Amino acid sequence: MEILMSIVIGILFMCATYLILSKSLLRIIFGTLIISHAVHLLVLTMSGLKRGAAPILTDGVTAYTDPLPQALVLTAIVIAFGVTAFFLVLGFRAYQEIGTDNMDEMRGTEGND
Amino acid sequence: MKKTNDVILQTVTKIITFMIILFSIDLFFSGHYTPGGGFIGGLMTAAALLLILLAYDIKTLQVILHVDFKLMTATGLLIAILTGTGALLFNEPFLKHAFDYINLPILGETSLHTAVLFDIGVYLVVIGVTMTIIQTIGESE
Amino acid sequence: MINLPLLPILIPFITAAVLMFFPKRIKAQRTISIISSLGAVIASFVLIFTIRQNGIQTVNLGGWDAPFGITLVSDMLSALLVAATSIITLFVIWFSFYYMDEGHERHYYYVAVQFLLVGVNGAFTTGDIFNMFVFFEVMLISSYVLIVLGGKKEQLRESFKYVLINVISSALFVIAVAYLYSIVGTLNMAHVSERIAEINQPGILTVIAIFFLLVFGLKGGIFPLYFWLPGSYKAPPIPILALFGALLTKVGIYAIIRTYTLFFYHDTGYTHMILGVLSMLTIVVGVIGALAYRDVKEIIIYNIIIAVGVILYGVSVMTPEAIEGSIFYLLHDMIIKAALFMLAGIMIAIVGSSHLKDMGGLIKEYPWVGWTFFIAALSLAGIPPFSGFVGKLLIVQGGFRAEEYIGPGLILLSSLLVLYSVMKIFTNGFWGTPKEYHGLKASMAFKLWIPTAAVVVIAIAYGVGAEAVRPFITQAVEPLVNPAIYIEAVLKE
Repeated sequence: MEILMSIVIGILFMCATYLILSKSLLRIIFGTLIISHAVHLLVLTMSGLKRGAAPILTDGVTAYTDPLPQALVLTAIVIAFGVTAFFLVLGFRAYQEIGTDNMDEMRGTEGND
Repeated sequence: MKKTNDVILQTVTKIITFMIILFSIDLFFSGHYTPGGGFIGGLMTAAALLLILLAYDIKTLQVILHVDFKLMTATGLLIAILTGTGALLFNEPFLKHAFDYINLPILGETSLHTAVLFDIGVYLVVIGVTMTIIQTIGESE
Repeated sequence: MINLPLLPILIPFITAAVLMFFPKRIKAQRTISIISSLGAVIASFVLIFTIRQNGIQTVNLGGWDAPFGITLVSDMLSALLVAATSIITLFVIWFSFYYMDEGHERHYYYVAVQFLLVGVNGAFTTGDIFNMFVFFEVMLISSYVLIVLGGKKEQLRESFKYVLINVISSALFVIAVAYLYSIVGTLNMAHVSERIAEINQPGILTVIAIFFLLVFGLKGGIFPLYFWLPGSYKAPPIPILALFGALLTKVGIYAIIRTYTLFFYHDTGYTHMILGVLSMLTIVVGVIGALAYRDVKEIIIYNIIIAVGVILYGVSVMTPEAIEGSIFYLLHDMIIKAALFMLAGIMIAIVGSSHLKDMGGLIKEYPWVGWTFFIAALSLAGIPPFSGFVGKLLIVQGGFRAEEYIGPGLILLSSLLVLYSVMKIFTNGFWGTPKEYHGLKASMAFKLWIPTAAVVVIAIAYGVGAEAVRPFITQAVEPLVNPAIYIEAVLKE
């Protein structure tokens, strides 16, 4: 199971890298979205994918899953959610202001000499 | 923009919004011991509001729910922090929560936690932030 | 008061939440911000003296004992950094009363600054590696808000790059933490250190060490990863630039210092050698940039990169003396960079441009600005008796004692070139024939100068009073050289 997950994570990273290297603002933002998915899956996989009950809540549980990575993933998801939302707004504003979503055309010269 | 005919969406929205909000409240309270809590409860409520926004428009939403979502975020944040800070008054570590079992009428013996106050803060922050973001994009169109 | 280490984080946090209620009332925003920053400064000084008397202070959040809960740990290093951060924020807020446009101030400027303070102070104080990530994010999200504030074309373009770089580096941070967790099974930094010592840092942990270097290096701006820094830092207005330049890169450096002295100190031959080489290259590229540009902002921005190199070189040597020098220089650099950026802000306010070709003869009309800049410049280069001297001296001494000659030589040479790069501003900007200035805020120059001069005075006091400060720095070095002190304070064994 871990190996399968590793492959999936690898593919996600591959797609994300491809998207981030493209020129369109929106594709770049999607790339960061996918990279954060890949990272979250990685965190979950890193503690080992085990089946079991929640610890502490009930007595006499022998096989339980590690709750910590789940807490970490939740925190990371919340943060990624906020950052992605901000990034989308920023990309939208940049598109409106500059009038293009192409990173190449954005390259300005004002202020440089 | 051309006016589209979305009778189905609008009719469904009228009914389903309440279900979503009720479910979100259920999720919020079930976060006490089991999966759930302020974050996903808030997210789900925001989803219900978003549905109204999609089916009608921003003005309808403001008529139904006349609140400033930025203020809502601020209120939630303040509630959450002050709940945590409350522990400082008793010289306990920050965020230490207190609880007790109290016999309430009708409900019977109920466990009441200060953590719920914190969660209400989170709930408000999540709704506030999500709606602010959507409004920011929506307004400028 | 067991929550003392928490106060410098909590005060700005509550302030930020309160300030969100009335963003349009600028007077109230200003008053509350300045009072709360003053509160944070006082709290951090009380914290320093408590640590001086009673040793390392810890708080287990929510009452969950270490290593299970999140622990905040204030040792002398983090307390000193927190104090420096709070002081700088206080003066930058004061400075921005007269510098920022009202439009900025209405758009949650003070709220974002307070959140930035929360993030920075939190990252310095936390004793949990994942919690450090969370505080990094708090800091970064508020820096995103600050960098787009105003929304000019150039700002939008640069902030897009800045956000992209930081999103990717945050992803790498989580990956690094996940790898670390899969091997040691804990997140409490003291506990991690203990576990790594038990298994004696096998190869995989060295890989993780490099991963952490990559993540924090991207934030701190070390050699190949500094590319985003000059462009992004140039975009926002000066007070924001002063905060970024003085605080954000330093958080990255602090994280490198912490992880490389607490976690990865077993295989120094490999990891610290890489750190040393990279820091030397950082100094070289920083110097090249500082010499090449003729724009006040850019010259000082490249000086940030030089300082990053100097500090990290001291860390890579790993002798108590060199680390002491690094910490001394780190604190000096925070204060003096804030002062220099504020001075550059005054020049821009008068001239209306940040390029040297538009400046000249400023000293005729504004002698006080000129001489303050002169002192700050000497202090940056490390001329005795100013504050840069002691730190550099200790780093160079430490380097020579460790029988390394390239690094210390490079630092000495770079000091000379740093002096040249800032004197270039002084001779071209303040000397020469006066030109016509087009600054819109020239009338504010004296008001802007007061907080700036205060920061310069603090920098001078820090240098002249080095003898009085030294015991504090020595105490800060102890847990870095001997991790057992830190572990014992946190896990209470």
